Amino acid sequence: MAAFFHKLRQGLARTKSQVFDRLSQIIATRTRIDDELLEEIEEILITGDVGFDTTLTLLERVQQRVRKERCEDPRQLLRLLKAEIVRFFPPMKVWEEQLPEKPFVILVVGVNGTGKTTSIAKLTYRYQQRGKKVLLGAADTFRAAAIEQLGVWAERLGADVIKHHSGSDPGAVAYDTVQAAVARGMDVAILDTAGRLHTKVNLMEELKKIKRVIQKVLPQAPHEVLLVLDGTVGQNALNQARNFVEAVGVTGIVLTKLDGTAKGGSVIGIAHQLGIPIKYVGLGEQMEDLEVFHPQTFVEGLFEDQTVSENR
Amino acid sequence: MLEDLTAKLETALKKIRGQGKLTEKNIADSLKEIRRALLEADVNYRVVKQFIEAVRRKAVGAEVLGSVTPGQQIVKIVHDELVRLMGESHAGIKLAGIPPTIIMLAGLQGSGKTTVAGKLARYLRKKGRRPMLVAADVYRPAAKEQLKIIGRNLGIPVYATDSPDAVGICKESIMACRKQGCDVLILDTAGRLHVDEEMMRELEQIKKEIKPHEILFVADSMTGQDAVNAARQFLDRLDFSGVVLTKLDGDARGGAALSIRSVTGRPIKFIGTGEKLDAIEDFHPDRMASRILGMGDVVTLVERAQEALDLEKAKKLEHKLRRDEFTLEDFYDQLQQIKKMGPLDQLLGMIPGLGKQFRQVQVDEKALVRIEAIINSMTPEERRNPRMINGSRRRRIARGSGTRVQDVNQLLKQFEEMRKMIRRMKKMKFKGAMNPGGFPFS
Repeated sequence: MAAFFHKLRQGLARTKSQVFDRLSQIIATRTRIDDELLEEIEEILITGDVGFDTTLTLLERVQQRVRKERCEDPRQLLRLLKAEIVRFFPPMKVWEEQLPEKPFVILVVGVNGTGKTTSIAKLTYRYQQRGKKVLLGAADTFRAAAIEQLGVWAERLGADVIKHHSGSDPGAVAYDTVQAAVARGMDVAILDTAGRLHTKVNLMEELKKIKRVIQKVLPQAPHEVLLVLDGTVGQNALNQARNFVEAVGVTGIVLTKLDGTAKGGSVIGIAHQLGIPIKYVGLGEQMEDLEVFHPQTFVEGLFEDQTVSENR
Repeated sequence: MLEDLTAKLETALKKIRGQGKLTEKNIADSLKEIRRALLEADVNYRVVKQFIEAVRRKAVGAEVLGSVTPGQQIVKIVHDELVRLMGESHAGIKLAGIPPTIIMLAGLQGSGKTTVAGKLARYLRKKGRRPMLVAADVYRPAAKEQLKIIGRNLGIPVYATDSPDAVGICKESIMACRKQGCDVLILDTAGRLHVDEEMMRELEQIKKEIKPHEILFVADSMTGQDAVNAARQFLDRLDFSGVVLTKLDGDARGGAALSIRSVTGRPIKFIGTGEKLDAIEDFHPDRMASRILGMGDVVTLVERAQEALDLEKAKKLEHKLRRDEFTLEDFYDQLQQIKKMGPLDQLLGMIPGLGKQFRQVQVDEKALVRIEAIINSMTPEERRNPRMINGSRRRRIARGSGTRVQDVNQLLKQFEEMRKMIRRMKKMKFKGAMNPGGFPFS
């Protein structure tokens, strides 16, 4: 928890200083809660990728509470904003120490270039740290050298990979991986899939097939379907999530590249509009840079007072 | 492409279209809608503000209020502003006087640099150049292998070594390039997050030592408000000369295209429109603006047609049409040529007026495959003379193509209709029906 907080603070330092700190500053200079102030808050939230609809909803809820609680001090706004943002995040469970099934099958999906393979490496490391045996499945048979990329990570991690030739049927790789995981008594099986734009119908069908094939070995699998989203993505994130949910029933989101710049906001929009839990956050390029997502900590970090952040 | 934005703007403008006169009030309403649409499409907040201001200034004026169809004028103003925002005309690649021309690619992780490198190489070779790819990403696992595979598939040489020194690799590659008689070098560099000092320094170092003629910033078109920050940082450090926007074949993202250009002042030179290595197109601001406004993109369609179509065959076909000798064999050829032009849903999106209705339609590429299979299961004689296909032949063809007799019937009926239509068109005077390029869509 402490590690998460520290890294997140580092990662979000720029977001904070550019977007949300401006919020604290603006609020601090005002004496009244009026339309002008609310409009400025709207601009700041949209610039932070929170999204138009979510921003409107958020401001509406905050205004309601302002009226109900008869707030007049603008400084109260910050508290209300935080509370309302936290409410957007649905409750969630991360399966790590105690796995409900053996093998615990995780299917990892997403559009091109979001960091699926890297996230899988980080996830593998987390499970290995907890004494779990992990088997990887290289079901991205499409992109050039994707199998090699996963192979390099597996070697670094000392994990086994099930792989076929480039261009072979990803369903067959998935089948073999799950079957091998059962036969070898592995705790966890993680399947890497090819990046695909959510609008390509045939590729989404392929994903559905991968899921069906897995279920031929284990009817309850996959136990977790993780959608990997690029932290710098804008409003398209919602479309992506919607289509992947429809195709394979996403159970959680991994938000990557959160050590870049302005982007805390997209998480808020996703949580609000889709109700899918954010489970992990990628905060760096090293194996250990993957943390479980905590809404409270996250929001606190976003709005942390500038005087404090300067002292850290 | 950019469908959501188009749809939103169309709704916004319909409000004006529906009313007889333009007032300050209903301009304001429409502008609010346009603002919302642009923000939802991830256009940068500041850029939206400027855009709306510019449109407002031009709209609230005598020329619009006095016009007969104010709606059309607003559409034109918005369109012109979009074009202006994205840079007036198309900008190509600058080639060096003394080869090799060196093109350096830079951008964030996962923006698609390596794929763009391959696409660009193929594109330049098609234009008569001899490109060479350089694997200068020494960090990402298997990045080098990815580029090698791409090079092998294209038959384009790739310079790659096991050295961990990206600057050194780039330097050596110039010699290798001359030795192999290549005239364009494409440097695929490492991508990281732009806050990373180390990468930026490495890129600056490459720029200083190699002095590339073009530096292209590769950006993911799905990026949110942050697109502007990333672009600005790369501009500050590298002063890039152009932009490649990738992943434009998905949905809902006009934002980056609009804002990057307006903030950096650098032209968008290419767009990536698919995973295959031929999915790269020149960026044309006016066409993009037309697409955004639902006006279709006929120019791209015609260009694609010209690239895919065989002129010889087209002439032969025209001849056959004139003499009423159009057979199923010719029909099959036509199908093949249309397929070469790209995915059908993309093609439909470019036809003016069709855009809106077909936005929701899933084009069934499989229907084409079925037709192909049916024709493939016929004997050459049957193809030339479909009338001879009787009941038992139909059953055989259905079995052979894995379809039903009804499917075969339907195809034969459609073909007969088509021939009748051609005959009728011929009577109406053939001249206008085929354009000089032999464009087969008439």
